[in-house]
Amino acid sequence: MIRFLIKGLLRDRSRSLFPVLVITLTVTLVIFAIGFMKGTLNSLLLDTAVILTGHEKIVTRAYSEESQLMPNDLALLDVDRLIDDLNQDYQDFFWSPRITFAGLLDVPDENHETRSQGPVIAFGIDLLSDGSRQAEIWELNRALVSGNLPKDNSDVLISSKLANQLNIAIGEIVTFIGSTMDNAFTTYNFKVSGTFNLKKGQTDKQMMLVDLSGARLALDMDNAASAIFGFTHSLYYDDEAAVALRTHYNNTNSDSLDIFSPFMLALRDGNQMGAMVDISGAMLAIMGGIFMVVVMVVLWNMGLMNGLRRYGEVGLRLAIGESKGQVYRSMISEAVIIGLTGTVMGTGIGTALTYYVQENGIDYTKGIEALSNSSMVMPNIFYAQVTPDLFYVGFIPGVLATVLGTMLAGLAIYKREMAQLFKELET
Amino acid sequence: MTKVLVCILLLTFLPGQSDDMSVQDIIKAIDNNLNAKSRILTSKMVVHGRRSSRTIMSKNWVVGTDQAFTEYLSPPREAGTKMLKLGDKLWTYSPQTDRVIQISGHMLRQSVMGSDMSYNDMMEDRPLEELYGATLEGSVDIDGRDHWIIFLEAKEKGLSYPKRRAWIDKQYLLPIKEELYAKSGKLLKKATMSDIRKVQGRWFPSRFYFKDELKRNSKGTEWVINEISFDVNIPDSRFSKAFLRK
Repeated sequence: MIRFLIKGLLRDRSRSLFPVLVITLTVTLVIFAIGFMKGTLNSLLLDTAVILTGHEKIVTRAYSEESQLMPNDLALLDVDRLIDDLNQDYQDFFWSPRITFAGLLDVPDENHETRSQGPVIAFGIDLLSDGSRQAEIWELNRALVSGNLPKDNSDVLISSKLANQLNIAIGEIVTFIGSTMDNAFTTYNFKVSGTFNLKKGQTDKQMMLVDLSGARLALDMDNAASAIFGFTHSLYYDDEAAVALRTHYNNTNSDSLDIFSPFMLALRDGNQMGAMVDISGAMLAIMGGIFMVVVMVVLWNMGLMNGLRRYGEVGLRLAIGESKGQVYRSMISEAVIIGLTGTVMGTGIGTALTYYVQENGIDYTKGIEALSNSSMVMPNIFYAQVTPDLFYVGFIPGVLATVLGTMLAGLAIYKREMAQLFKELET
Repeated sequence: MTKVLVCILLLTFLPGQSDDMSVQDIIKAIDNNLNAKSRILTSKMVVHGRRSSRTIMSKNWVVGTDQAFTEYLSPPREAGTKMLKLGDKLWTYSPQTDRVIQISGHMLRQSVMGSDMSYNDMMEDRPLEELYGATLEGSVDIDGRDHWIIFLEAKEKGLSYPKRRAWIDKQYLLPIKEELYAKSGKLLKKATMSDIRKVQGRWFPSRFYFKDELKRNSKGTEWVINEISFDVNIPDSRFSKAFLRK
């Protein structure tokens, strides 16, 4: 029976080609739109996660309370052991230590006297370890404006804005002036290996990036870190999973009476990030919902029109002896076949397109640069995101709406009067 | 804070004072004693951090209120670090970077070696009479010793501590206790002194305690004078930037 219906559909392209094309196109749009919206919202969260919060962040309880002050005297100790434990217990994430510190950057002249000086916010990130993904998630190869990425622990990357402000050239020695983990005064020389521009407005205005080992030497933080950042391997933030992991970790590893015990924060626990996560989730649900309804109406209508267009054919089939139930079921079966074919094709094309944009992104650099006065961490390239639900969400409009439309149109079959059929056929 | 410290030190040089001294007399007496010709001292600073304590040894050479040179002797990471104060300018030298760097702007508000004292505390050495108007608030008995309570209010803008309250021992003329306030009246720091002994015929406090009230969970900083000598000849070359690299 199915084979018979498929043959019929293939031979009568007016019944198959156009509907399949419409469903394919529509499902492709649904998949891509949802994937792009998810990816874009994830890009917004990821930029904040990379710079400030991680998908998960572990700090001491005391550091958590004063994190705005970057209190490295409250930093995590014995970090290697903590990372080993995390890698063992929470394998869905990759974990990396981070030192966040601030001070002054002093640029000497030829007499070693101060030529220029300015405030700096520095991040000690793991750039040099084998297998570290920090350069990847910071997108440093793309962000590099001049010079090279750090090759040893005394190398530093300076934001191009800061380099211009202090008139720093590649290869120059600059002195960081700040405080050690013990709050002692410290000065430390770094060699400028390159300049970068994150292209996220004013975010990197006073930023410099050094390897974790260099930051540890400068701040006397042997095997210590301000925080340990955790990211999912796919870099996609799943709020529900992140909150569950945070709760589990704190229940099993954190002592509420010890201010130096490790304490995990999910991305949503950062400043106002909870509201942002909730808003982005709600926006996604509303926009996705509206889009799905519109698409379903279109496909429902297409199913309906297809059914009505075959009014004469149905009459003929009834006249030559097919039962109403048989005709009705065959039309629904055809709708299922068309819906499935279009949905599978649409899902394939949609996920492929989404994957392409996930890997390559859509560059909005000029538009974002125009917002350079904004203090918000904004991505300049928007990426889509292939998520598991994209593989089934297309079936709702693609199959369900088409079949429902056909079922509705098919009800007319049962209203046909056999006595009227020949009169109708005569005309 | 140095001001407080020097006040504490130099007030010890005053002979016992009578109860009928006016507050202006007390302040003038303090200022007169602030400007010692010179002194060399070796001290130990114990910084009680939130996790652990650190001990920093240093040697200071001071002439008047305008010239000061400090060399840190230990621990190893700090050893060899030097500071030079000339008037209202402050330079530091670090052997690790071989750089002489002027500390200015907001860096002056940072703590010295992680202690509860800031560089600004080290810089404000002008006479109290110039900077503050004083009010005698009364007398009080502390541990069986008579003290004046003096309230000081800044005459000019921009001081680190626009208001301060000191408890002055009437015999030693030492501010046994001092509270330093912001303009709003918020308490910023507390300082106390103890272990008073006679040095070169003068009362001398050898242990100080400072606490930055803005540092949460801070346990304060102790400063212990191990050796001090006054009116020593110190060559001018000590107070030069070139000497920082020596």
